Amino acid sequence: MPKLTIDGKEFQAPEGLNLIQAAERIGIEIPHYCYHPALTIVGNCRMCLVEVEKAPKLAIACNTKVAEGMVVHTKSERTKTAQKAVLEFLLINHPIDCPVCDQAGECKLQDYYMDYDQQPSRFPLPEKNRKGKALDIGSDVMLDQERCVLCARCTRFFDEVTHTSELAFFERGDHNEIDIYPGHPVDNKYAGNVIDICPVGALTEKDFRFRMRVWYLHRTASVCAGCERGCAIDIHHQRGRIYRYKPRYNPAVNSYWMCDEGRHNFIALQTETRLTAPLLQEGDRMVPEEWGSAMRRLATQIATIKEAYGPRAIGAVVGAQSTNEEAFALKRLMLDAIGSDRLAMLNFTPLGLSGDDSFLIRANKNPNARGVAAIGLPPNQLGEFAKAVAAGELKMLIVMRGDLVRVMKEAEFVKAFGALDYMAVLDTDANETVRMANQVLPIGAYPETDGSFTNFKGRVQRINQAFPPPGKALTGIEAIARLGHAIDGIERPSNADAIFAQIAASEAAFNGMSFDALMPHGIDLKAI
Amino acid sequence: MERILTRWLDIPELRRLEVYERHGGYTALRKALFEMTPDQIINEVKNSNLRGRGGAAFPTGTKWSFIPKNSNKPVYMCCNADESEPGTFANRYQLENDPHGIIEGILICCRAVGSHTCYVYLRGEFALQKTRLEEAIAEARAKGYVGKNIMSSGFDVEIWTHRGAGAYICGEETGLLESLEGKRAYPRNRPPFPAIQGAFGSPTVVNNVETLSNIPHIITRGADWYKSIGPEKSPGPKLFCLSGHVNQPGLYELPMGFPLKDLIYGIGGGILGGKQLKAVIPGGSSFPVFTAEEAIKVNMDFDSVRAAGSLMGTAGVMVMHEDTCMVDMLKTIAHFYHHESCGQCTPCREGCGWIEKLLIDLEAGRGKMEDLKVLIDISSNMEGNTICVLADSLSMPVKSFVPKFRSEFEEHIRLGRCPFRDRNGNAKSAIAA
Repeated sequence: MPKLTIDGKEFQAPEGLNLIQAAERIGIEIPHYCYHPALTIVGNCRMCLVEVEKAPKLAIACNTKVAEGMVVHTKSERTKTAQKAVLEFLLINHPIDCPVCDQAGECKLQDYYMDYDQQPSRFPLPEKNRKGKALDIGSDVMLDQERCVLCARCTRFFDEVTHTSELAFFERGDHNEIDIYPGHPVDNKYAGNVIDICPVGALTEKDFRFRMRVWYLHRTASVCAGCERGCAIDIHHQRGRIYRYKPRYNPAVNSYWMCDEGRHNFIALQTETRLTAPLLQEGDRMVPEEWGSAMRRLATQIATIKEAYGPRAIGAVVGAQSTNEEAFALKRLMLDAIGSDRLAMLNFTPLGLSGDDSFLIRANKNPNARGVAAIGLPPNQLGEFAKAVAAGELKMLIVMRGDLVRVMKEAEFVKAFGALDYMAVLDTDANETVRMANQVLPIGAYPETDGSFTNFKGRVQRINQAFPPPGKALTGIEAIARLGHAIDGIERPSNADAIFAQIAASEAAFNGMSFDALMPHGIDLKAI
Repeated sequence: MERILTRWLDIPELRRLEVYERHGGYTALRKALFEMTPDQIINEVKNSNLRGRGGAAFPTGTKWSFIPKNSNKPVYMCCNADESEPGTFANRYQLENDPHGIIEGILICCRAVGSHTCYVYLRGEFALQKTRLEEAIAEARAKGYVGKNIMSSGFDVEIWTHRGAGAYICGEETGLLESLEGKRAYPRNRPPFPAIQGAFGSPTVVNNVETLSNIPHIITRGADWYKSIGPEKSPGPKLFCLSGHVNQPGLYELPMGFPLKDLIYGIGGGILGGKQLKAVIPGGSSFPVFTAEEAIKVNMDFDSVRAAGSLMGTAGVMVMHEDTCMVDMLKTIAHFYHHESCGQCTPCREGCGWIEKLLIDLEAGRGKMEDLKVLIDISSNMEGNTICVLADSLSMPVKSFVPKFRSEFEEHIRLGRCPFRDRNGNAKSAIAA
């Protein structure tokens, strides 16, 4: 490994690293716009110019590889002069419309101006070049050409990652602009990523525009539950409301990217039909009740059926949307508190959604099918369950995060499971199964709970609670713990790390994992 | 002096193959193919001290020696005929009148670097020149000088012509390669250099038209003969493009090291209208200007011009007499570079436009004293901080015009108008049609 010196600090850096990456390793920031680790080097912004001893000119750090004995100055007078100069150049034709710009607060022009420039403008305002504003270029992307610094990140993303090349440079010199070809708007399932990698306010998200100032947003590391890929994300939220998802770097899963479907999947979590209190079916109506009475009622029901027909008359269906912890907690509840091993996973994807592509999107829209299976809940048991119902062996079903009625169609469901004595459902939203349940327990959606998902390749990644479930809803694991207590009076853990510790201790594929070690990039399931 | 590069002035119809052959045409190629190894050719060119005529004056033989031997990729040869530097008009005459001289140079270069494919990149306006060159290529092909198995040597070279669409930046060698590949002519970061990764990712040598036209003569008459013309470190016959306020502007072939004073007052017939010389740009509009006092002391070769504080570039000598408004001149230069900046890197994209805006105001008498400092600041901030040298090409004129003719700039500011214009706003320096 070459040994080099940056700002007086001598250190070794692996061969092939550029100076931006090497400096980052020792905590030194070299400012840059066009450089992005997942895209080719273009070296056009000139923001990363640094002084390299023995070189006649300043060098761009992004295109300079570490070399033995290299001495670099990122804070010398020459470097500082160049940084100021580049910022001055970038700002002369920039509209400086920060007060109405969505990027404000996460804009590299603002950040670097404060860190590296801080000089008054020497360019008269009326002479600024005018370009296109608020251009709808397709997909969820809005373009402001005046704010653009022409770093070519977006064009490179569409050229090199999606290979769709919708964006290109037009005109020349300081009239240079990014645009689509006439009549060919941006049209691919990953367009939102260009908004993320745009270092300034040139590309903004239609859905997010003017809705929230970014400095009010909290960020919680999580995983997208839109499909079995499980892209690492940050949930940007405020006061119990999600405003956007941003992909979070995970080299083992999604690199820096996510798809647009995933990016918007929080919208379905914020509907008017969210369940906010335990419900009880009374005739045609569902009436809310308190958790205490709901738990007692359900425990009594379980006890009654168990006494009349034995423990295996009670079955549980766990949707592949459930976290590892929820699946495990419900499995233990069934085995320990009820004594039934009639357990199944519901791994269902409705028709008409996008299929596998060669990049991130997967046809299976469940984030945790692999995890629920690894915890020992077998898939494809509905036929067996239906037979058991027909034979009078199965009288009660507990369904968690699985819209059975939608899967089977209502007529089929009634035929197969209409003879059940009792159905309790734990879910987030008033879906078709909820409407047919005797009792409904509202639980939080995945942004509202701690836990973990296992993606289709066996990567176990952590999700973190951004905010509590709405109304009287509880997290899934809390609800299960309360139900367990109502059945047998035993205290069960309701926090994800304790349950994960149990999983790691008892489930072979998870053996030896720790909940903390799942951050930030997750751990692969063990081969068993 | 014997005319070498401009033999067409002595030999009518030199552009015809039979005339070219009658005057020793393609004997250098025969020598290069049958009597010399590629290394011997490269060494001969190295020993001749031939330096590139496209503006950067890089030693041609050394450039050829950078092409890797036994590369598993094809080697490409590119002839840069995108002559676009303001004040430069040598290549166009060469293409019109001596295309075989260029083709022979190309073929010898291909032999030296092991290339079987040459692209001639012509500027978009070169319509006649392209026709002439293509006619010559067709003639040469018919006689077995171009194509498969040249002169039964077993060596193949195919020559393709490609016309650009009229962007100055396509003359920059990596911009040229991008354009040749069908992309926007954005110059490339170096490394990698074209010798390693040029056209289509393969080793590529890019040479200017005038450079290549020297090659057959070097091969035929030897490096020692070549070095005997002009200064040893910067030798050879040179095409000078004399323009501006002289009585006889035009293209002149002179030995390197020719005194600029004699070029202007002797060959050029003196200053137009018997006026006083004010300034000379010696190498095309990209380079620092000389005052009259500096100009008359300079000899025109790469090293002497550099020592005097400018660069010989493409030897586009632009002469300005006493009625020239230097602010207006610089404004015109700035307009060109602003218009031609490709817009890829920040300092050039934004700086060139800013400089032009300042100069428009200064020339119109709306400038401020601080603007002069800002002009120098912008230029310093552009220079050396970009991918290619287009930014330097404007910063060098600015950084020489402003200090050398500062009083004129200040006078514009003080008077609130241009002192070189009459009441109707007409420039005094305009050359009568």
